[in-house]
Amino acid sequence: MGLNSFYLKQERDAAWRTELRKKTKNKDRMLINRVSMPELEPEIRVNYQDREVNRGLTRDMAMQEAIRCMDCANPTCIEGCPVSINIPKFIKNIERGEIQQAASVLKETSALPAVCGRVCPQEKQCEAQCFYVQKLNKPAVAIGHLERFAADYERENGEMSVPETAEPNGIKVATVGSGPAALSFAGDMIKKGYDVTVFEALHEIGGVLKYGIPEFRLPNSIVDKELENLQKMGVHFKTNFIVGRTASFDDLKEQGFQAFFIGSGAGLPRFMNIPGENYNGILSSNEYLTRVNLMGAQYDETDTPVLHGRRVAVIGGGNTAMDSVRTALRLGAEKAMIVYRRSEEEMPARIEEIKHAKEEGVEFHNLCNPLEYYGDEKGRVSGMKLMRMELGEPDASGRRRPVPMEGSEFEMDVDLVIVAVGVSPNPLVPSSLKELSVTKWGTIVVDENDMQSSIPEMFAGGDIVRGGATVILAMGDGRRAAEKMDHFLQGKYAVN
Amino acid sequence: MNKVVEKEFFSEKVVRLVVEAPLIARARKAGNFVILRVGKKGERIPLTIASADAEKGTIDLVAQVVGVSTSKLAELEPGDYITDLVGPLGKPTHIEKVGTILAAGGGVGVAPLLPIVEAFKKAGNRVITVLAARSRDLIILEDQMRQWSDELIVMTDDGSHGRKGLVTAGMEEILQREKVDECIVIGPAIMMKFAALLTGKYKVPTQASLNSIMVDGTGMCGACRVSVGGKTRFTCVDGPEFDAHHIDFDEMLMRLGGYREEEKEALERYHLQHKLVEK
Ligand SMILES: Cc1cc2nc3c(=O)[nH]c(=O)nc-3n(C[C@H](O)[C@H](O)[C@H](O)COP(=O)(O)OP(=O)(O)OC[C@H]3O[C@@H](n4cnc5c(N)ncnc54)[C@H](O)[C@@H]3O)c2cc1C
Ligand SMILES: Cc1cc2nc3c(=O)[nH]c(=O)nc-3n(C[C@H](O)[C@H](O)[C@H](O)COP(=O)(O)OP(=O)(O)OC[C@H]3O[C@@H](n4cnc5c(N)ncnc54)[C@H](O)[C@@H]3O)c2cc1C
Ligand code: SF4
Ligand code: FES
Repeated sequence: MGLNSFYLKQERDAAWRTELRKKTKNKDRMLINRVSMPELEPEIRVNYQDREVNRGLTRDMAMQEAIRCMDCANPTCIEGCPVSINIPKFIKNIERGEIQQAASVLKETSALPAVCGRVCPQEKQCEAQCFYVQKLNKPAVAIGHLERFAADYERENGEMSVPETAEPNGIKVATVGSGPAALSFAGDMIKKGYDVTVFEALHEIGGVLKYGIPEFRLPNSIVDKELENLQKMGVHFKTNFIVGRTASFDDLKEQGFQAFFIGSGAGLPRFMNIPGENYNGILSSNEYLTRVNLMGAQYDETDTPVLHGRRVAVIGGGNTAMDSVRTALRLGAEKAMIVYRRSEEEMPARIEEIKHAKEEGVEFHNLCNPLEYYGDEKGRVSGMKLMRMELGEPDASGRRRPVPMEGSEFEMDVDLVIVAVGVSPNPLVPSSLKELSVTKWGTIVVDENDMQSSIPEMFAGGDIVRGGATVILAMGDGRRAAEKMDHFLQGKYAVN
Repeated sequence: MNKVVEKEFFSEKVVRLVVEAPLIARARKAGNFVILRVGKKGERIPLTIASADAEKGTIDLVAQVVGVSTSKLAELEPGDYITDLVGPLGKPTHIEKVGTILAAGGGVGVAPLLPIVEAFKKAGNRVITVLAARSRDLIILEDQMRQWSDELIVMTDDGSHGRKGLVTAGMEEILQREKVDECIVIGPAIMMKFAALLTGKYKVPTQASLNSIMVDGTGMCGACRVSVGGKTRFTCVDGPEFDAHHIDFDEMLMRLGGYREEEKEALERYHLQHKLVEK
C-alpha cells in the first residue's frame, strides 16, 4: 500500500507546496516549539468518565505547528504510518489554512482519522520516523495532534463529505465483527461497488472502540459519526448477530454472500491462574471496561452494576491497564494502582496515557508481580501477595525479562483487582469453521500480503490475526483485505 | 428488536414469553441460551431457550423475576419489543442414546431442562424426571415435562404438591431402584451442588447447567468463569453444562453473590420509581 515515490514527488512539486516551502526558511521552521495539546486539568477530569482529557488544537495552534513540518523531499514519516497517510500533504494543507482539504487527504487512506488521531501510538509510528527525531534530536512534528485537528474540524465545521461509491456490482460480501478492521474493510468495499453487510455480536457497532477504549480518550459520539458516514454510503449493519451461531457461514453463503472478512478481534481475557483469582472483586479489564463503556454502569439510571473499589490494583502495563486504572479513579477509588512486572520503560501503553495517569494520581508499582489473592468472609478480595522483580536478559520480545527476587514477597490491601495481562483471540469463528487454519495461539493464519485465510473466500485481519495489536494496524489489514478480495472476486467472475 | 407475541404467568414470579426470533428458532439446539436487553439502559441477561418453533420463527423463554431486568422483562406485553436479543449461545447439550436418563430440575431450572428432556427422549432414551420447588405454585411446566418423560416425580419442600421433600430425595429413590446411565441437573446452584454430591455417591455421570453472571456471552469478559476440575472455564463458551462432579460449586455460589449489593440497590431504585414497593 506504500505510496510510490514518483507520485509523492509529483504532489510535492505542486505549485502551492513549492510556494509554501519558499515562504518560510527551514531554519525558521526549526525555531518553532512543538505545540502542546491543551488538556482538561487533572483535578477536574478525574470526576468525569465521559469528558475528553485532550481538548484538541485551535486552528491557530494547528497552523503554527504545521509550519514546523519541512515538507521533506524524502518524507520518512509516511513509512512509519501503517496505512501510509500522505502526511506532508495533509500538514501542508493545514499550514495554508485549507483544513477541509487536509481532512480529505487523510480520508484517502484512513477511514477513521478522528479515531487514529486520538489513539494511535504516534511516538512509535509516524512521529518516530520524523526528520526532527531522526536527524535533529528534537520533538517530532505533532502529526497525531494535527490529524485529530483536521478530522475534528471537518466534522464540526464542514459538510462531512460522503465519499463517492462505484456503481453497485451486485456482489454481496460480509464482515464478521465491527471493530476498526471490519469498518475500514467495509468502507473500501462499498467504494468499490460491493453490497456490504457488517455483522456484530454485541448490540453496538465499533468493537473495542466502543466497549474498550473509554470516552475520556475516545468519545463514542466520534465513532458514531464515522459510522453514520459508512451508513450513508450504503453499508448495512446487523447487530446482535453472531456469525457462526445466529447463522452459519453456509447459511450466509446460501443468502448470496460470496466472501467474508473476519475481524472478530482478540477478546478472550487472560488470567494468571494464581490462587484466589476467582474471588469476587477480581475481574478482567474487558469486563470492567465493558460494564462502564458499553453498558453505562456508572450511571444510576442504567441497570448494569459495576463494582466500586476504594483501593484498586490494576495488573498490567498496556493501554488496557491505563484505561482501567483511570476509570477506577473516575468511579471514586481513593487509591488506584498499576502493578506491572517490568519497569516503566517496558510498558506497552502509549506514553501520553502513562503521563495522564500519573497526573491524575495513579500510583505505579513497577517491577512487582502478584502471587496470590486473599478474600474476606463474603468472598470479596481483600488483599494480595506480591513479589518484587528485577530485569534480566532480553527475551524473545526484545524486552528485558523480569526475574523474581527471592524473599521479596510483600502484601497489599486491595478491594478491587482488574486483570489486564492480555487477551487471546476470540475462538467463536475458528470453532465454527473446522477447516480454517489457526496458529497454536488461536490466531487465524493468513497470507501476509493478501490477508487470505486457508479458505479462499475468507479473508481476515486485525487482532484475530495479530493478537492484541493496534487500531491502525487493524485498519491497514482491513484495507489490504478489501483490495485483495476485490481482485479475488473479479478474477472469479472473469473466469466464470 | 424482537416482538413479544405471547405471554403467560406460570406463577406470580414466573413468566413465559414467546418471542419472534426466526434465525435463533432455526439454529438453536437443546441447552442453548440467549442474551437479551430490555430498554436502551437495560442490562444484558442470559435466559435459556425453553423451546422453539422453527416454522413460526419464535422461541419460548421462561423467566423467574428476581431483580430489575427480569422485572422489566415480565412487564412486557404481547406487541412490545425486546430491545436486543442475541443467540443461540453456549454449547448445546450432548444428546445421545445412552439408556436411562435421570433429569432433575429445581425452580425455574425446569425451563431450561425441558428442551433437554425432550431431546433425550427423542434420541430414544428412557427418561425419568424429578421436578422440585418450594411449593405447589412454583412448580412449572409439569404437563410439558410429563409429555417427554417415562416417569415424572414432583417434590415440594412443603408437601403441597407431589411428595414432600427435597429434589435429592426424589433422585435417590430412583438411584436406589434402578441403574441410571446419566444424570442432568438444572436449578439453583445450591441444589445442583447437593444433587452432584448424591450422584457422585452412586457414580452416575452428571451434567449440571450453570447460571453464572454474564455480560457479553461470547467469551470476552470472563465474568462467567467457574472452576471445573481445578481449571478456569468460561460458562458462556465452554458451557453452560459441565461435569457436575468436578465443578467447584462453593466458589460458584460465592461468585453469584458478587454483585448482590449493587443489584439490591438497583432493585430498590426501580421499586421506588415504579412505586411498587411491596408491603
Ligand atoms: C482497553 C483497550 C484500549 C486500547 N487502546 C488502544 C490505543 O490507545 N491505541 C491503539 O491503537 N489500540 C488500542 N487498543 C487495541 C485496539 O483497540 C485493537 O487492536 C483493535 O480494536 C482491533 O480491532 P479489530 O477490528 O481487530 O477487533 P475488535 O475491535 O476487537 O472488534 C471485534 C468485534 O468483533 C465482534 N465479534 C467477534 N466474533 C464475532 C462473530 N462471530 N460474529 C459477529 N461479531 C463478532 C466482537 O464482538 C467485537 O465487537 C486498545 C484495546 C483495548 C482493549
Ligand atoms: C446460561 C444461563 C441460562 C439461564 N436461564 C434462565 C432461565 O431460563 N430462566 C431464568 O429465570 N433465569 C435464567 N438464568 C438466570 C438469569 O439470567 C438471572 O436470573 C437474571 O440475570 C437476573 O437478572 P435481574 O436483573 O432480574 O436480577 P439481578 O438484579 O441481576 O439479580 C438479582 C439477584 O439474583 C441473583 N442472580 C443474578 N444473576 C444471576 C444469574 N445469572 N443466575 C442466578 N442468579 C442470579 C443474584 O444473587 C442477584 O443478587 C440463566 C442464567 C444463565 C447464565
Ligand atoms: S494514522 Fe496513526 S501512524 Fe498514521 S499518520 Fe496518523 S497517527 Fe501517525
Ligand atoms: S459472559 Fe463474558 S466471558 Fe462469558
